[in-house]
Amino acid sequence: MTHLARRSLLGLAGAGAGALLLGACGKDEPSTSSGPQTINWWHVSNTDPMLGIWANMAKEYQNAHSDVTIKIQPLENEAFKAKLTTATQAGAPPDLFQSWGGGVLKQQVDAGLVKDITADVQPWIDTLLPAAVQPYTIDGKIYGIPFDVGMVGFWYNKELFGRAGVTAAPTTWAEFLEAVKKIKAAGIVPIALAGKEKWPGHFYWAYLSMRVGGLAALKQAAADNNFDTPDFVAAGQHLKDLVDLSPFQKGFLGAAYTAPDGQSGIMGNGGAAMELMGQWAPSTEAAQSTSKKGLGDKLGFFPFPAVDGGKGSVSEAFGGGNGFAVGKNAPKSTTDFLKYIMSADNQRKGTASGSILPTVKVAADAIADPNNKVVASSLAAATGFQLYLDQAYAPAVGQQVNDSVAELIAGTKGPDKIVKDITAVAKSQ
Amino acid sequence: MSTATLTRTPAATQERGRRPRRPGRGVLTIAGFLLPALVLFVLLVIVPIVVAGYTSMFKWNGFGLPQNFVGADNFTRAFGDPIFLGDLRRGGILIVLSLVLQLPASLALAMLLNQNLRGRAVYRLIFFAPYVLSEVTTAVLFMMVFSPGQGLGDTISSILGATGGAAFADPDTVLYALFLVISWKYFGFHMILYLAARQNIPRELTEAASTDGANPWQIFRHVTLPLLGPTIRISIFLSVIGTLQLFDMVWVMTSGGPIHGSETMAVTMFQYGFRRFEVGYASAISIVMFGLSLIFALFYQRLVMRRDVEGALTTRGVQR
Repeated sequence: MTHLARRSLLGLAGAGAGALLLGACGKDEPSTSSGPQTINWWHVSNTDPMLGIWANMAKEYQNAHSDVTIKIQPLENEAFKAKLTTATQAGAPPDLFQSWGGGVLKQQVDAGLVKDITADVQPWIDTLLPAAVQPYTIDGKIYGIPFDVGMVGFWYNKELFGRAGVTAAPTTWAEFLEAVKKIKAAGIVPIALAGKEKWPGHFYWAYLSMRVGGLAALKQAAADNNFDTPDFVAAGQHLKDLVDLSPFQKGFLGAAYTAPDGQSGIMGNGGAAMELMGQWAPSTEAAQSTSKKGLGDKLGFFPFPAVDGGKGSVSEAFGGGNGFAVGKNAPKSTTDFLKYIMSADNQRKGTASGSILPTVKVAADAIADPNNKVVASSLAAATGFQLYLDQAYAPAVGQQVNDSVAELIAGTKGPDKIVKDITAVAKSQ
Repeated sequence: MSTATLTRTPAATQERGRRPRRPGRGVLTIAGFLLPALVLFVLLVIVPIVVAGYTSMFKWNGFGLPQNFVGADNFTRAFGDPIFLGDLRRGGILIVLSLVLQLPASLALAMLLNQNLRGRAVYRLIFFAPYVLSEVTTAVLFMMVFSPGQGLGDTISSILGATGGAAFADPDTVLYALFLVISWKYFGFHMILYLAARQNIPRELTEAASTDGANPWQIFRHVTLPLLGPTIRISIFLSVIGTLQLFDMVWVMTSGGPIHGSETMAVTMFQYGFRRFEVGYASAISIVMFGLSLIFALFYQRLVMRRDVEGALTTRGVQR
C-alpha cells in the first residue's frame, strides 16, 4: 500500500522461482562465522528506479567485502507476502527482507523468525527520524530499519478549490464539511475514493479517531483489544457526517486506487477536488493521468483537520513507510550491509530518484519535489506518529478495520456497529 | 504410495515365474507409465489436501509451525460466519442462474448454428472466441468496457437508460453484473460442446421423426434433446464445479466487493489466508470447498451421470 508496493508484474519476469529454491538450498552457513557469507535479500522494489539503486548498492558492498555475496530477490508486493509465509513455515526466513513494521512484524517476532538488532544498530540509530523507527520497535527492542517514511494528508486541486470559492485550507472538521458542501454545490466531485481497495477509506476513520481520542486512545484500544469506546464511535459519526454529503465520485465503491479511472487517475485528471492519501500521491496521480504529468503546480497539501473538542492535535501524523527486517539465521555482515544502505549518501540516492522519503535526517536535503518537501517538513515537525492501522495491529484486526470502515462508508453499518465488529475480531486474536 | 507399487511388483513377478511372463511384465510396464503421473498427483494433490486438512484444525497465523490445536472450531466458525454463509448463497445464485439462463442460451445458439446459415463458421468462431481468453484478461477487459464515465459499454448502457458500470459498484447488483461477464466468457464453450454432440446425432433419426409427422419442436423435444443428454449432463457438471471454485475473475474485477457483494468461497479463503493471516481458518474454508465439490461430484456421477459413465448410449444398439 505504499508507493513502492504498487502492483507490477514486470519485475517478476526477472525473478524466476528457481532462484528462490537455489537460495533456500544454499543457506545453511553458520550465522556468526567470518568466512564467506551469503545474504539473501528479498525486497518489493521490483521496478526502477529503486530496483537498480538497490542492485548497485549490493554490488558496491560486495566489491568492498570480497567474502560477502548478496543474492537479491525482487518480488511483487503480494507475491512477496505469499512467498515469505511459505519460507517462514520452513523456519528459514530470508536474511534481509521487506517489512512495514507493526502487527505483522510482531507476529514474526513472536514466531522467533526475526533477529533483535538493537545492539548492532545502536551506534547509528540516532541518525534516523524517531517516528520512522517506532513501528519497528517492539517491547523496546529494534527488529527492523526503515528506509522510507511518509504521512497521509489531503492532496487538493487548488484550481478546483478556487472555482468553488474555498479560499483557505480547512483546519477543523466542521470547516472541512463546509468546504465539501461548497465544492459539491459548484458541480465538482469533492473527493476521489478507491472503495474497491478498502485501505484508502480506513485513513478517514483512523485520522478521525486520532483527532477525537488522541494517540493514547489508539494505543489503549490495541492493548485492551477494545474499540467499543465513545471516542471511536464519535470518529465513526464524524465520518458518517461526511458520507451523508455524498462527497465521492460516481461508482466509487468499485473504484481501484492505481488505475486511470481510479482514485489516483481521477485526481490526476482534475476530476475531483481532493483525496486523502500518502506521500506517493503526486507521483501516482501523474502516472495514472492522461497527460502523464498529473496536476503539477495546481496540487497542494494540507494536514488532516482537527476535530472540535478532540484530544488529538493537528500536528500528530498518520502514515508509514518501508523498511527491512533481519532474519534469525542472517550472517553477521547483514547488519553491516544494512548500515551501508542506510548511510546518508545512499539515502540521498533513493531520495533523489523520487521513490522514497528519507528516514536519515540529513538526507532530507536531497528531496527535490516541493510536495515531498511539505510532507517531509510536516513529518519532521510531527509531535506524534501513528502507523497505518492495517499495519499497526495484527493483520486480522487491521483488515477488519478496513472492512468495517468500508461498510460504514457504503452505509450498510453504523458507527456503533462497526466498533463492535472490530472489537470482536481483536478479542479473538 | 508409489514406492509400494514399485516394490511389490517385482515380487509378484517372481512368484509367478513359471507362468507366461507377459502379464507380469504388463504390470511392470503399467507401473512404469503410471509412476511419474502418480508421483506428481500425490505431491501436488494428495499431500496439499492432507496438509490443508491438518492446518484447518489449528488457530495459526502461518508463521512457524501450527501449535494451537482448536479441533473443529474453524469449521463451526465458518458455518456461523455471515460472509461465508453469504458465499454459499451467492454461489447458489450463480449456479441457478447458470443452469436457468446460461446453459439454455448456449443450447439454443448451438441449435441455431447447426442450421444451414450463411457464414455459420464465422459465427461459431466469434462465439467461441471469449472462451480462449484467460479469466484475468476477461476481467480487465470488462472493467475497461464498464469503467464509469469512460468505458464504451458504460456510455452505451447509460444512453439506453441502464445502470452500466455502476452495477459493479453496487452491492445489490454486482453479482448479476458478474454473472453476465461469466456467461460472456463461458457460453461459447458450452455451445461448442452442444454443437459437437448435435452433429453426432445421425440425420436418419431426425428425418425419420419428420417423416412420421413430428414438427420441429417435437423433433427437438423427443429426439435431439434426449440424445444430447450425456453432453448436457457433463456441461452442467463442469458449470457447477467451475462456479464453486470461481476466483480469478472476481478477484481482478471486484476483489469480492463492494461490501462482500460478489465474494465467493475462494475469495474469502484468500482474504483470510493472505490478508488476515488466519491460515488455519482459511484452510478450513478450503476444506469445505473441497468437500462440497467432492460430494457434488460423487453424487452427481452416481445419480445423474451413471448411465453416461457406463456407456448406456453406445452399448444399447450394439450386440454383445
